Amino acid sequence: MAKIGAPELTGRIEIPKLAEGASADQKSYIAKPDNMAALSFPRERLPNWKEKAIEKFGELLKKYRSLQLSMDICVKCGACTDKCHYFIGTKDPKNMPVARQELMRKVYRKYFTTEGKLFGGLARAADLDDNLLDEWFTYFYQCSECRRCSYYCPYGIDTAEITMAAREIMDSIGYGQKYTLEIIGKAETIGNNLGMLGPALRNTLDFVEEEIKDNTGVDIKLPTDVEGADVLLVTPSADFFATPHVESLIGYAKVFHQAGISWTFSSYASEAGNFGMFIGNYDHMKTINKRIWDAARELKVKRVIAGECGHAWRAMYSFSNTLNGPFDYLDKKYPSPVHICEFTLDLVKKGAIKLDKSANDGFTVTFHDSCNVARASRMGDKIGGQFIIPRELIKAACNKYVEMSRGTTHAETFCCGGGGGLLTDELIDLRVKGAMPRMQALKAVIDSNGVNFFALICAICKAQFTKIFPYYGLEMEMVGGVHQLVSRAIILGAKEGV
Amino acid sequence: MLTVIAYAVAVIFVWGILSRFIIWLSSPNPLKIPTTPAPKTFSGVVARIAGEVVLFQSLFKADKKLWLGGWIFHVSFLLIVLRHSRYFLYPVPEWVMVFQTIGIYAGFTLILALAFLFIRRLTIDRVNYVSSFMDYAVLLLLMLIGITGLTMKFIGRPNLIDIKAYILGLFSLSPEAMPDSTVFILHLLLFLLLLLYFPFSKLLHAGGVFISTTRTQTDTPVEKRHITPWAK
Ligand code: SF4
Ligand code: SF4
Ligand code: SF4
Repeated sequence: MAKIGAPELTGRIEIPKLAEGASADQKSYIAKPDNMAALSFPRERLPNWKEKAIEKFGELLKKYRSLQLSMDICVKCGACTDKCHYFIGTKDPKNMPVARQELMRKVYRKYFTTEGKLFGGLARAADLDDNLLDEWFTYFYQCSECRRCSYYCPYGIDTAEITMAAREIMDSIGYGQKYTLEIIGKAETIGNNLGMLGPALRNTLDFVEEEIKDNTGVDIKLPTDVEGADVLLVTPSADFFATPHVESLIGYAKVFHQAGISWTFSSYASEAGNFGMFIGNYDHMKTINKRIWDAARELKVKRVIAGECGHAWRAMYSFSNTLNGPFDYLDKKYPSPVHICEFTLDLVKKGAIKLDKSANDGFTVTFHDSCNVARASRMGDKIGGQFIIPRELIKAACNKYVEMSRGTTHAETFCCGGGGGLLTDELIDLRVKGAMPRMQALKAVIDSNGVNFFALICAICKAQFTKIFPYYGLEMEMVGGVHQLVSRAIILGAKEGV
Repeated sequence: MLTVIAYAVAVIFVWGILSRFIIWLSSPNPLKIPTTPAPKTFSGVVARIAGEVVLFQSLFKADKKLWLGGWIFHVSFLLIVLRHSRYFLYPVPEWVMVFQTIGIYAGFTLILALAFLFIRRLTIDRVNYVSSFMDYAVLLLLMLIGITGLTMKFIGRPNLIDIKAYILGLFSLSPEAMPDSTVFILHLLLFLLLLLYFPFSKLLHAGGVFISTTRTQTDTPVEKRHITPWAK
């Protein structure tokens, strides 16, 4: 990794000229054999991998209409070509969504269409050879499955679906990515992505409790495995110890404490994230998700609340009911997980907790819509609630709030550059460049409005931005969670009239 | 001969489209993946799809110039098809007459829009990069169909009575003699080629847009459990 070059920050997002192969050297590490085997994938690349890959491809076409349709109906209009942050950042044409799709569609044409059989190269049909497989491994791990392209495509073609299918095919022939598969292994055996065992988790939480006590003088608990608690909180495991994640964790604890709601973590399901989604594997996604629902049943909670995490919210909101529902053992009033932002905002509105905005007067805040929340889920009852609720909560917690420019927020938000299973060190150059569009939009409001707090609701976003801010010459202390603002603003202590 | 080709193409076209829809519809949607914000009701979905089909809403958000070019092309195409219905319908209904003049203008805007799409595909590096020979060929084919059509109107002037009799004959399965006009035969052949290519190519987008998963699903994963046989 020679050249970790951060593009210059001008505050403007420009569409680059193509630079073929510009990010071809950004490759993920290949998963270790034991790791593959633990997840029931072949240990290493099968001798007859090509036949197996085509067979799997055919199977997925029959299982996912989205895949079959996107293979057939893309007109190559080019509307999506300038929409991917990885293309804008790396200039590599294979990071244009349609070009990424074409890596797979070429093979589809050759093996599954009359057009490809008749016209071959003229229709751009191609054999899945070593070279192409190598490109698959490179470029399908340069997509964060953020769905920005699907928002703009006239037929709603979702490159994330294609990326997931490609990863599923590669896993099935014994060619997996180290980062995601290691994490899935830990999540399925230990219960969280960090591989943190129950006692270690308890230690960490004790430590956080002490810290809160030192800072506020109030005894606020972060309970684990409390049977009969009202709420099971499931949050990304990074919240337990990473900075700035832990500040939001403290925020959640203060909210529960102050509202007087009994709650608990589960040491069995100590992870909200679900990397099964990133590799497009239904069974692993289901297995990981199931831990949450088993824990909820065992702890006899009334409801499940999800902490700040983008893809985890997609998994819990959009997929959970399909995977492991129905949740008839929860309180009928709360039949599915609720996002922590919705939960807290509700308490603020009811007056069950009070926020002192002036506590955040040192900050001018802007908000980054996490793509998995923005384009793949919802919060609350209203369509578009995923945009309204976090903003209302932020505005309830601070006085100075600024939006980044149109076309970079809400459903059009740019990914942080580290989602979808790419938050790994070997891809750092890609991550720095992929963050560029978001960084430009942020830079513009730093310059014009003096923004100095970048509010997030996703553990991956937080980790990614803290890591890459220094490359752009920005202070990583700017990065924080929405509940970090809540944590600073919440008025603890005796309650009046609730 | 032309008659035989026409029937063969018609059969392949219908069979091709039907079998493609069967392939599409028999592949399920195991998960809820609407691109959000998405409607929560069926009528909301109908409105969303109508917005895509009639106004090309997503494309409008993506690229205004392409939107304009693409939209003009498609509307022109529709007007021309409507105008042509006077050759298939007997007696000619009142409403068809409305499209006679505007259908001619549409012939010109169609060719202009196609030329724009062609040049755009050639000159924007990003689009050129993803374009295959076939992507250009189909634009040329459409242009040629338009040009031969306009030639008949303004230069060749074949005998319309013969043509109409021939086409009505085709439709009623009792073919008449082939009209004696090279331009017409060319026009018809090119059109048949388009029909032949249609079910095996990206032209299928015209049908696919109506069932696109990310656009047609409601955002109701919690309200109603979504289950598919293979993904239980
Ligand atoms: S916007 Fe959609 S149809 Fe157009 S090139 Fe991209 S994927 Fe294909
Ligand atoms: S899903 Fe996101 S990362 Fe992947 S191709 Fe589309 S825009 Fe790029
Ligand atoms: S980490 Fe955040 S911004 Fe990046 S893909 Fe996930 S949700 Fe999107």
